[in-house]
Amino acid sequence: MRIELEKRAQASGLFTLVSPILALVLTLVFGGLMFWALGKDPLFALYSFFIAPLTEVWSLHELAIKAAPLILIAVGLSVCYRSNNWNIGAEGQFTVGAICGSIIPVTFYEWQSPLLLPLMMITGMIGGALYAAIPALLKTRFNTNEILTSLMLVYIAQFTLDYLVRGPWRDPQGFNFPQTREFVTEGILPAIWEDSGRAHWGFVFALVAAVGVWFMMRFTLKGFEVTVLGQSERAGRFAGFSSRGMVWFSMLFSGALAGLAGIAEVSGSINHLQPSISPGYGFTAIIVAFLGRLNPLGIIVAGLVLALTYLGGEGAQLAIGVSDKVARVFQGLLLFFVLSCDTLIYYKVRIVLAKARGSAAGGVQ
Amino acid sequence: MKKLALAFAASVATMLSVSGAANAADKTKICFVYVGSKTDGGYSQAHDLGRQELQKHFGDKIETPFLENVPEGPDAERAIERLAREDCKLIFTTSFGFMDATIKVAKKFPKVKFEHATGFKTADNVGTYNSRFYEGRYIAGVIAAKMSKTGTAGYIASFPIPEVVMGINAFEQGAKSVNPNFKMKVIWVNTWFDPGKEADAAKALLDQGVDILTQHTDTTAPMQIAEQRGIKAFGQASDMIAAGPHAQLTSITDTWGVYYIKRTQALFDGKWKSEQSWDGLKDGILTMAPYTNMPDDVKKLAEETEAKIKSGEIHPFTGPLNKQDGTPWLKAGEKADDKTLLGMNFYVEGVDDKLPK
Amino acid sequence: MIVEAILLTVITASTPLVISALGELVTERAGVLNLGVEGMMIMGAVAAFAAAQMTGSPLTGMIAGIAAGAVFSLLFAFLTLTLVTNQVATGLALTILGLGLSGQIGESFVGQPGVRLPALNIPGLSDLPFVGPVLFHQDILFYLSIVLVIGVHWFLFKSRTGLMLRAIGDSPSSAHTLGLKVIRARYLAVMFGGACSGLAGAQLSLVYTPQWVENMSSGRGWIALALVVFGSWRPWRVLAGGYLFGAVTVGQLHAQAFGIGLPAQFLSALPYAATIVVLIAISHNRRTTLINTPASLGKPFVPDR
Repeated sequence: MRIELEKRAQASGLFTLVSPILALVLTLVFGGLMFWALGKDPLFALYSFFIAPLTEVWSLHELAIKAAPLILIAVGLSVCYRSNNWNIGAEGQFTVGAICGSIIPVTFYEWQSPLLLPLMMITGMIGGALYAAIPALLKTRFNTNEILTSLMLVYIAQFTLDYLVRGPWRDPQGFNFPQTREFVTEGILPAIWEDSGRAHWGFVFALVAAVGVWFMMRFTLKGFEVTVLGQSERAGRFAGFSSRGMVWFSMLFSGALAGLAGIAEVSGSINHLQPSISPGYGFTAIIVAFLGRLNPLGIIVAGLVLALTYLGGEGAQLAIGVSDKVARVFQGLLLFFVLSCDTLIYYKVRIVLAKARGSAAGGVQ
Repeated sequence: MKKLALAFAASVATMLSVSGAANAADKTKICFVYVGSKTDGGYSQAHDLGRQELQKHFGDKIETPFLENVPEGPDAERAIERLAREDCKLIFTTSFGFMDATIKVAKKFPKVKFEHATGFKTADNVGTYNSRFYEGRYIAGVIAAKMSKTGTAGYIASFPIPEVVMGINAFEQGAKSVNPNFKMKVIWVNTWFDPGKEADAAKALLDQGVDILTQHTDTTAPMQIAEQRGIKAFGQASDMIAAGPHAQLTSITDTWGVYYIKRTQALFDGKWKSEQSWDGLKDGILTMAPYTNMPDDVKKLAEETEAKIKSGEIHPFTGPLNKQDGTPWLKAGEKADDKTLLGMNFYVEGVDDKLPK
Repeated sequence: MIVEAILLTVITASTPLVISALGELVTERAGVLNLGVEGMMIMGAVAAFAAAQMTGSPLTGMIAGIAAGAVFSLLFAFLTLTLVTNQVATGLALTILGLGLSGQIGESFVGQPGVRLPALNIPGLSDLPFVGPVLFHQDILFYLSIVLVIGVHWFLFKSRTGLMLRAIGDSPSSAHTLGLKVIRARYLAVMFGGACSGLAGAQLSLVYTPQWVENMSSGRGWIALALVVFGSWRPWRVLAGGYLFGAVTVGQLHAQAFGIGLPAQFLSALPYAATIVVLIAISHNRRTTLINTPASLGKPFVPDR
């Protein structure tokens, strides 16, 4: 018995809609089984994980806060991945963006001006883009694999942040704790709806970026260039597109968005720089990008769903007493099922019970 | 399908009734936030053991929900707020990286009390608490100087924060009280928790000639290396005798339970107020693991030193004492004040290392 | 004396890197990019520790680690080879799942001191000055790593099956037309990679630091991935790369202990910076890179009828 795949002539419209739902259902079923095996009431557990976080306004705000950097970074990554440039170092670009965006509020810590915030966001984006330029340069100039260079640079960015907040940028009134001075109020990204929660404008950036990139990919020549070069470098060259140029564009673009996410997070949520500013957003965003099928609108949904699993996992610790590791298992399962179900969109799956009809020499697999 | 819907409805009903039942029983919720896992064998586990002691002490009167593996940063604020919304009356946030998050949430929930470990910011409803780990380090230093033949100890340090620097200095002070020429080598591993790295650091220190190991990191890896090589070592945060049955001299164990019981009682008595408490050996917030693997006279000296610290006869930082660069710090008989200690970022004379700036 | 001591530390630190990198090398030579090395390694570590604790035999633990890695990799193989899912995403999912699952499984084992895989004593050779303790008094995993290097090299470049595997990695469609069983070969290559990563994980919890702690792989899986590229998919170069990385990592600790005045963060960042520099130097030669990179790496393959 084996499974055979036959490529469809056209991506199935039906499955494009059904597959994510199928994946979600499978995850819920498997998750329910897992909870049952752990001795917990499966339905209540699933409720705590997926529904409970949606029932309170403050929780919805937290959802937006958690999802914002994920969506913003993932949108940038989607452009990269579609063009076959594998930027794995978004976490490093996030960090460097946060550092660069903080230069002004830390060094000129008394400067108050409505210009402060926009300047911080812009310097953050430039910082992220410049840091992503390194693997871009190494790829175009020295032919070095960007997966590895961008990954190594993540470690270096973190050590740099650590050095800065423990050393030159440390708050002199801070009892020598490793953090900078608090940013002035003008340097803090404001909340969107002050009264009901603390979701800040970073979420708006994320939505705007997602819609903007969706538009770019769907309706502009640049978007076409990205897609064509990603699918076939040769075809792109015939059309006059430069794959080298695309390396630069996609890396700088995703670096800028990651950098923006970094400074938005630091400015909006933390309000100063400290050694730990990200629980792995740059890596989680990679998952969000794939869960959203590299489509910016899908990424919005995927980012919210993943944020839901984080919030749900935390709530579940209190409601049913499972450990936080369960949330991670859930996320892995979700990704597995989404990836598997997506196969149905591009291939017809047949389960063949008979042996292979091997007439050709050597036989067919 | 119908069965599924019924089961779902039943679960929802159960959940609603459970929360109702909790209100009826009227247990006070005392809550905890951990930065690590409750089974990390180190810092967070020690806090959780304290929580369990607290639960046992007050039995049915309280509930002690907790959240573990909460990263410092934006997630911390959400976790703390979640607990506040769960009707917790007193919340212990157990890592210094939770400081600003605690203050922010406290502002939104003025009726809830918060206590932040190892921090320095307070508010009307936020207190801080800390443990005088350095007292334990002093005793360890005394033992080390007595046991070491090369007169050099190896220190596996995590991050250059004041708490760690205090520990190094106190260790050196204790050692110097026995051997004025005692030296220390320090390696910064930039992590609280990475057994491989800690093991490598231990090996590097031993290969460079130290013959006593101590650590300010949380896994038992250095103790295991010590046991393997027949070297003596000091444990940290928990009793590491299982990992080093012949190696461990003593361990500075965190015994937070005593403190948690004290503060919860104060809450019940209506006497809780925000303070910056810094308890030490005499209050039981830290305990030295049994002195073992050492000759009787060293054991006696250790016990005497411990007793003198508890009575106040010895203060680990007493002058005359200079900083590492020679500038005078404490005059003869002068004791260091808490404020300087809390923000300590310099070495005392005799420490052979440059502080990462 | 101290050089000998440093070498011993380096060997322990580099062995898991080399073993898992070699496994991934074979996987990638078949054209499959498995980013789940970290997940397979940590599953191997927890399985090895659990088995050793329950049976009292570290050797059983070692076998359990190998098995766990291989079985776990089957999940990846099924998705990417039979269901043709995206290899990058699937590998990442494997890592996340592995980290979460291992934490869950290992919960009851935290804090227990482990059983150590003992060092082997080769009579006669172990007593040679200097070389003796360093080369001939190691645990079995070190020797296995050397055997693996020789074996993988011989397999890939001197055996017919290895040639077929490389052909599959370069052009699966041509290989398929020639009658080679592409999917089956890739399954085996992925499982071999899983077995190696599991073995590397076993080294962590049975030799390096005999205990179980969540996430104790600490990113070594990603370093192993880097080493494969670093070594241009050639086993001896991967060995060299692994030892270079191990040496710089251990060296910076010694530098600190010795009292070199550089900031600790700078020293900690050295191994990663060094990796980038060497990566540049190696890939600069386009020809070498082109010759050695498996051409179909990461691309999905569906056998046509």
